[in-house]
Amino acid sequence: MDKNLKHKSNRVNSGIHFMLGNYAVVEGALAVGCNYFAGYPITPANEISELMSKRLPEVGGIFVQGEDELFSIYSIIGASLAGAKVMTATASAGFNYMQEGIGYASAVEAPCVIVDVQRCRGENFATQADVMQMRWGASGDYESIVLAPSTAQELFDFTILAFNLAEEFRNPVIVMSETTIALMRERVKIPEKESIEIYKRMYTSLTPEEYLPFKAKNNSPPEFAPIGEGYHNLYTLNYHNEDGTIDWDAQGYKKLYQRITGKIRENKDKICKTELCFLDDADVAIIAYGSEVRPALDAIEMARNDGIKIGMLKLITVWPIHENLIKDIAKNVGRIFAVEMNIGKYAREIERICLPFCPVSHITKNEGIIHTKEEIYKAIKEDLS
Amino acid sequence: MKEKINPLRKYIRNGKLPHFFCPGCGCGQILSYFLRAVDNLQLDFKKIVTIGGVGCTARIPIYLNTDSLHGVHGRTLAWATGIKLYRPDLKVVIFAGDGDLVSIGGNHFLHATRRNLDVTVIMVNNFNFAMTGGQVAPTTLFNSVTMTTPYGSKENTLDVCKLAVCAGATYVSRWSTAKPIQTIKAIKKALQHKGFSLIEILSQCPTNFGRYALKTSDTEEVLKWIENKSILKTKAKKLSEQELKDRFVLGEFIHKKRPVFQGTTFLKEEDN
Repeated sequence: MDKNLKHKSNRVNSGIHFMLGNYAVVEGALAVGCNYFAGYPITPANEISELMSKRLPEVGGIFVQGEDELFSIYSIIGASLAGAKVMTATASAGFNYMQEGIGYASAVEAPCVIVDVQRCRGENFATQADVMQMRWGASGDYESIVLAPSTAQELFDFTILAFNLAEEFRNPVIVMSETTIALMRERVKIPEKESIEIYKRMYTSLTPEEYLPFKAKNNSPPEFAPIGEGYHNLYTLNYHNEDGTIDWDAQGYKKLYQRITGKIRENKDKICKTELCFLDDADVAIIAYGSEVRPALDAIEMARNDGIKIGMLKLITVWPIHENLIKDIAKNVGRIFAVEMNIGKYAREIERICLPFCPVSHITKNEGIIHTKEEIYKAIKEDLS
Repeated sequence: MKEKINPLRKYIRNGKLPHFFCPGCGCGQILSYFLRAVDNLQLDFKKIVTIGGVGCTARIPIYLNTDSLHGVHGRTLAWATGIKLYRPDLKVVIFAGDGDLVSIGGNHFLHATRRNLDVTVIMVNNFNFAMTGGQVAPTTLFNSVTMTTPYGSKENTLDVCKLAVCAGATYVSRWSTAKPIQTIKAIKKALQHKGFSLIEILSQCPTNFGRYALKTSDTEEVLKWIENKSILKTKAKKLSEQELKDRFVLGEFIHKKRPVFQGTTFLKEEDN
């Protein structure tokens, strides 16, 4: 398709920018090759659609503002099955509507990227309250891949990563943005075009007569054949055989969902990304994700000045959860602090993994505003005294 | 002796007949009407995408040897938009029941017609939600008894063709399973039309609508009921609104040209 285009501007805006977080998402998507985007107005995600509507046509893509978020999610899935690299962006309330489509995309293994700029219910204040919905929002069995950026730079970087993971595993990938970083301007360095890694979806080399759309190795996605090339694939939400047709078979059903969830679960070590901060000599550790990483790092500096040997595990991949690594850390420290901006949701998941090995303290804040470093520092001090 | 094979059989996904429709259901007829139209036009089946949501009608695509999407209620036009904008060279055909298209999918329907999305929609109107057991639908006639209107429906009926014309569709017609020649002709016209085309096909559902609303499970009786209530557009012109109450006007309601929807893109600036 790309050969027909008149390129009116660059996909990759290489250089150093002072850039809005939402814009960094757009630049990341364009740099990695996004060519179909559908959105629906919602604050605080609007800047993504706005810049996309201008930039995407310029680089040969298609932008649509639909009638609702259900349109957004299903139209990107339709385009994805036709071979496009697709994205949509929304905020928490709109993310609710998209759950239905996320379930379908998981079932038919349609690669797509969804950006959720989390906000408080009905209000545009900061929160990380959707963290469990990212994982459990849709009906039926599936596994999500969810990335949590903490800076505008990471919004750029992780959007690229999200596309690559979506294309590799043929699964929806969610970029878990937040009001805090989406509406903040920061330094963003966009590298040269050549140094941007792009994963190309695995297309089948088989003929339509040989090809089965859902035949795949254990814990792997099937090879792809786009719509319109004579492969006559049936993409149904219903239980489908390897040839895509609907024919209930209990063992087949079990096997299908073992593979669809297994391709994420059994590839955790490949998918999960984290950063270890000051953990080498740590007696206690923070586990944080998203924008909460920022005050947490500052609090670590304050605590270390007091002689507390504290480090942090920063989760880049929130889902799937990096169970083994968290377990290892729990075995080596005396206490874990789960820092997040909601009523304490992911903290329970951390407890589930850590509790046999060390106690877990919740440092949560649910006031529509990010923690200050002092708040985190104070909570740590109180807990340790 | 050589076994006779229906020449339309080549369009059916391997081994997927007999279909699952109830005895007497109109969906099998409509599947056949569609294939006759495609065969007659000699369309390239590889370049056709068929889409169904959820419901009886929505199952038609699963028997067709095309690329198909199926299984989510009401979202057919959203899928279709993504496919059609990315691959404008493909012909997208949607099979939807009345519930799928204008109840849960009503919003998508309004906006796809408004935009003049270049797709063909075959809406099968059997006056109820059939697959779920015969509940009231937006197309159910006033006072009809269904599984969720035991005292008779007290809601007005939605005229989907009128709605489509108002919203901006560029080809709209209504026929019934009892009128195969006209229906096939209309499907052929719709498939050749560039823009949003809708064919509403009134169809018998003896299993549910027949039994509950008409108190008969006899296919012929249900067909007769549709036929007796049907009136050609040319004849309907002479009747008053009161006389046309609870009648089904058959015919072509609009056929015109208008630029088709392409999304925001510099990719293909076609003259429409």
